[in-house]
Amino acid sequence: MTLRRLQAILLKIGFWLLVGVLMLYAIFPFYYAVVTSLKPSSELFEVSYWVDSVDLSNYAAVLSQPAFLAAIRNSVVVAISVVAIALLLGLTAAWALGRVRFRGRTTVMILVLGVSMFPQVAVLSGLFEVIRTLDLYNSPGGLILSYTIFTLPFTVWILTTFMRQLPDELEEAAIVDGASPWVTLTKVFMPLLWPAMATTGLLAFIAAWNEFLFALTFTLTDSERTVPVAIALISGGSQYELPWGPIMAASVIVTVPLVILVVIFQRRIVSGLTAGAVKG
Amino acid sequence: MTAREQQGAPPDNGRHAASGDGSVRLDAPPRRERGTRVRRRRVRAAWLFLTPMLIVLAAVAGWPLMRTFWFSLTDASLSSLEGAQFIGLENYLVFDEGWYGIMADPLWWQSVWNTLYFALVSVSLEAVLGVIVALVLNAHFRGRTLVRAAMLIPWAIPTVVSAKIWAWMLNDQFGIINHLLMGLGLIAAPLSWTADASLSMWAVIMVDVWKATPFVALLVLAALQMLPGDCYEAAKVDGISPVKVFFRVTLPLITPALLVAVIFRALDALRVFDVIYVLTSNASSTMTMSIYARQQLVEFQDVGYGSAASTLLFMIIALVTVIYLYLGRRQLGGES
Repeated sequence: MTLRRLQAILLKIGFWLLVGVLMLYAIFPFYYAVVTSLKPSSELFEVSYWVDSVDLSNYAAVLSQPAFLAAIRNSVVVAISVVAIALLLGLTAAWALGRVRFRGRTTVMILVLGVSMFPQVAVLSGLFEVIRTLDLYNSPGGLILSYTIFTLPFTVWILTTFMRQLPDELEEAAIVDGASPWVTLTKVFMPLLWPAMATTGLLAFIAAWNEFLFALTFTLTDSERTVPVAIALISGGSQYELPWGPIMAASVIVTVPLVILVVIFQRRIVSGLTAGAVKG
Repeated sequence: MTAREQQGAPPDNGRHAASGDGSVRLDAPPRRERGTRVRRRRVRAAWLFLTPMLIVLAAVAGWPLMRTFWFSLTDASLSSLEGAQFIGLENYLVFDEGWYGIMADPLWWQSVWNTLYFALVSVSLEAVLGVIVALVLNAHFRGRTLVRAAMLIPWAIPTVVSAKIWAWMLNDQFGIINHLLMGLGLIAAPLSWTADASLSMWAVIMVDVWKATPFVALLVLAALQMLPGDCYEAAKVDGISPVKVFFRVTLPLITPALLVAVIFRALDALRVFDVIYVLTSNASSTMTMSIYARQQLVEFQDVGYGSAASTLLFMIIALVTVIYLYLGRRQLGGES
């Protein structure tokens, strides 16, 4: 009896230890970035695990740089435009793929899935040419266009999955009333799909906010860069004197909004990720 | 046109009548008539609704891909894309008093090997860790929501930012990891994680595993939550050890979800770019196919050669995708 209780207690301790280790593993790097960002540069090179005194000089340094503010503005413009385009095109396509049976539907679905598996670098030279021809090189427009290559496929895929789950009766009623497909989509389906659209929009926003390869290749000047490129290119006097304080401050600034969004919408994100992957 | 549509219509009509409930059988003929017309309109609307998406995908994916294939057969450079001359397969392999071209470049083969090594090791670690995290999150305990939210944080942090954070933590002189390992007495002198050729690949893998494990864990967790509870009750009553239950019952049941996660991760790992570019730049010990292709394309301005590398990378990933689709379809066929 006591032995069994001892075993149960040990098991419980082991479990909580595992939970603790996993929590530490997940959170510590970001926590350490916050700690570093709050230290004055003179204390940066002594390792410490917590903040003794809050010093905001790194944040002041980063936020006084016009290039970084421009990067934030560009990232916001690009990410919001990408979300809007992906949702609009994704929603219409999802209605067609999710609600109508027609020949070629499977082909289109496979095409969309295929595009989502493209390595970005495979289209780099061709896309560079397209962007230069459209005179969008070194401008947010070029990034907005190119980001549809990875946001549109999963938007279509997830919205189609959600669209299929809605009951047929809804649409039959609309058809009997003589509603056109566009009216059916905007008046019947869209109100019901708001949760799904929020999920997909959030995922598209995160993907666009985090993208690096296209942003690095299709922009040239500081004023047109996005946040990831700006952070990656922050440099000091030499390779060995990177200004770690400001880098960590910039990292925290661009990550905190995402972390808050993710923590608030974690259920939605999980449902979106699983709808996109498990059923794909 | 009309003839073809009418040809397509009858089987659907039949299905409509069969699936419709009995109560409307009285007015069956008019309904059928109306059904075809409505259906035809819907199919037309479907294509209309698909067109914008198809045009955009063609503009950003289809056409650029074709151009990349074409550039790989030319001597295009970044400054003169228009004046590119067709040179056949010379970018891939050519004999001119010795072999030249990508296939003869040891650095390309090293980046192929690096990519495969990176993909294999990081995805395996992510699968194992992901299952462990999912099992923990699936247990009922106080604060589960909080832990799950915390697990999502690495996934939400931009790759560039997480690479920078880890670069700082792995810093050879002032990094906390060296500090910690030396404090524990595991190493005698600081390690230069990102500069040492024998360690840098592990540094990159460490960061990728940290960032991608939550994704695998979430997909596995979703599968775990759909498992039937009764067989676990039975196993408990029979006193079968939890480890045995995991390997005999749980693992086979979550394998499909785990496979999907692994495939997604593998495709991501094969085209990995950001984390490596930020952590170790163009160092040859961690150079992957994407890094190699971009370096040729942008830094050396050799669009022809870089496109050839991109094309090879595309072929490899396409092969993986086709195998996946084939297996997925066979699996679906087997189920129904």
